Amino acid sequence: MSFRIEGATGSWEIVCGLEVHAQVATASKLFSGASTAFGGEANTHVAPLDAGMPGMLPVVNAKAIEMAVMTGLGLNARINRLSIFERKNYFYPDLPLGYQISQYQTPIVGEGVLAIDLEDGSRKDVRITRLHLEADAGKSIHDQLGDGTLIDLNRCGVALMEIVSEPDIGSPEEAVAYMRKLRSILRYLGTCDGDMEKGNLRCDANVSVRPAGSTELGTRCEIKNLNSMRFVARAIEHEAKRQVELIESGGTVVQETRLYDSVRGETRSMRGKEEAQDYRYFPDPDLLPVVLDEALIEDLRARLPELPDARKQRFESEFALSAYDAGVLTDERATADFFENVAAGRDAKIAANWVINDLYGALGRKGLSIEESPVCAERLGKLLDLIADGTISGKIAKDVFSSMMEDPADPLAIVEAKGLRQVSDTSAIEPVIDDIIAANPDQVASLQKNPKAIGWFVGQVMKASKGKANPKMVSDLLRAKLALPD
Amino acid sequence: MSLDQATVARIARLARIHIPEGEQAELAVELSRILGWIEQLGEVDTDDVEPLRSVMELDRNWRVDAVTDGDCRDDVLANAPAEHEGCFVVPKVIE
Repeated sequence: MSFRIEGATGSWEIVCGLEVHAQVATASKLFSGASTAFGGEANTHVAPLDAGMPGMLPVVNAKAIEMAVMTGLGLNARINRLSIFERKNYFYPDLPLGYQISQYQTPIVGEGVLAIDLEDGSRKDVRITRLHLEADAGKSIHDQLGDGTLIDLNRCGVALMEIVSEPDIGSPEEAVAYMRKLRSILRYLGTCDGDMEKGNLRCDANVSVRPAGSTELGTRCEIKNLNSMRFVARAIEHEAKRQVELIESGGTVVQETRLYDSVRGETRSMRGKEEAQDYRYFPDPDLLPVVLDEALIEDLRARLPELPDARKQRFESEFALSAYDAGVLTDERATADFFENVAAGRDAKIAANWVINDLYGALGRKGLSIEESPVCAERLGKLLDLIADGTISGKIAKDVFSSMMEDPADPLAIVEAKGLRQVSDTSAIEPVIDDIIAANPDQVASLQKNPKAIGWFVGQVMKASKGKANPKMVSDLLRAKLALPD
Repeated sequence: MSLDQATVARIARLARIHIPEGEQAELAVELSRILGWIEQLGEVDTDDVEPLRSVMELDRNWRVDAVTDGDCRDDVLANAPAEHEGCFVVPKVIE
């Protein structure tokens, strides 16, 4: 299904590429030993180097290099054995060095590919152009002082991976699918926590439009700093519509940088930054080229975890799950691990239903992540064992599960304490059935005409037993007593 | 290669160096002379020479990822012309 914008003069398609900035999950910065922790007091996570003090030398963080390579391997990308840090020169108060240390001509990772899954069940490959390492800038705060701007350099120097895609994205949905998949892979690899709220994952979108079916590229605009999945989709759609309207009314798209205003839901030009986009890149003489040896690359390759696509396929084949269920369970590594622990030695389909429906639902209502779940995989597994061995019915299990969300006790202990054990003793169920048959002669009479009405009797018995009677046994006993066929 | 006055003005603006208009033409001549001098390097045949990426043959000096620096706000802010609640204060940046 291709996405189209219907204009006054015809159909238009979107051509979009994304530049994603992912904060590398290191403890210290790319070139200094200052902390990368979020939320510290202003300027406390700043080494003299980050503040641009003279005489300081950058020394590269080995972990940042390893994580960039690891990410490249996870994106099936070419790893460049030699890469070079360069200086990207521009002046801005939150960049005290007067240049950003980045990689330009020779990035650490080259071409790769990311497969995205779309809602209609189709797959699409989005080509990755490159991944390079660079240092983040500080933060400017414009609205605290009337006549001044405040600068906090805590972020300054934090390692970022800039991951650039080819313009293979054709709709807002594809852009979001790309971001989600990339986020999922980064989180599996542990190279970026993917937290968009903290700005640890954000993207710029290059958007252009062209008449449907055309192969030429239109003039693109770059929308900066999209920091939520929703904004990515909205900003691209809005920008594409703006360009279509502009072209159809006789105007021309100007290549420029635009900002997305999430309050107004529109993009607007960042004038002034266009003039002199001349960064005068040159190799940073303070830093050695990054040379990767085969042993390091192979060591990292050996440490790659099973990635979401492979795991999804395995879940479908090994556990006979639907593509949808397998996708939901493998989106996050923690959820996939949780599910596998519950499913081990048990009915996988039932385990999947419990994790997806009951656990997700309960966690969602409490606003908790799977890592914060009060019910661990082992306890949920024990609950499923109680259903399997007939100790409780599936229905009672839902109540026990609700209790487990509040109570750390073993599920069996909860069942015993609340007297929820399923009654499978005929001598205990029979008197209840007899009472109900005796009390409802009219229903018994109608049952002869409509045998399906037995459901009403089962319900009454279950109600009378407070849900504890074994429903299969109740049904069998009722049929026998009322002389109905099985 | 020679630079014209407009290019000199542009480089000055990029580098945030104030060069009065009256000095730009003379500077263009001087800079052009320097560039011409450097261009002599082009006369050397370097087809079979590997680019020299670093003047010293150093082993890689990667750092272990550990927090060993920072937490020195007073030092960092010592030279700041103005500060407010632990932040540098700079003239208002208008977006």
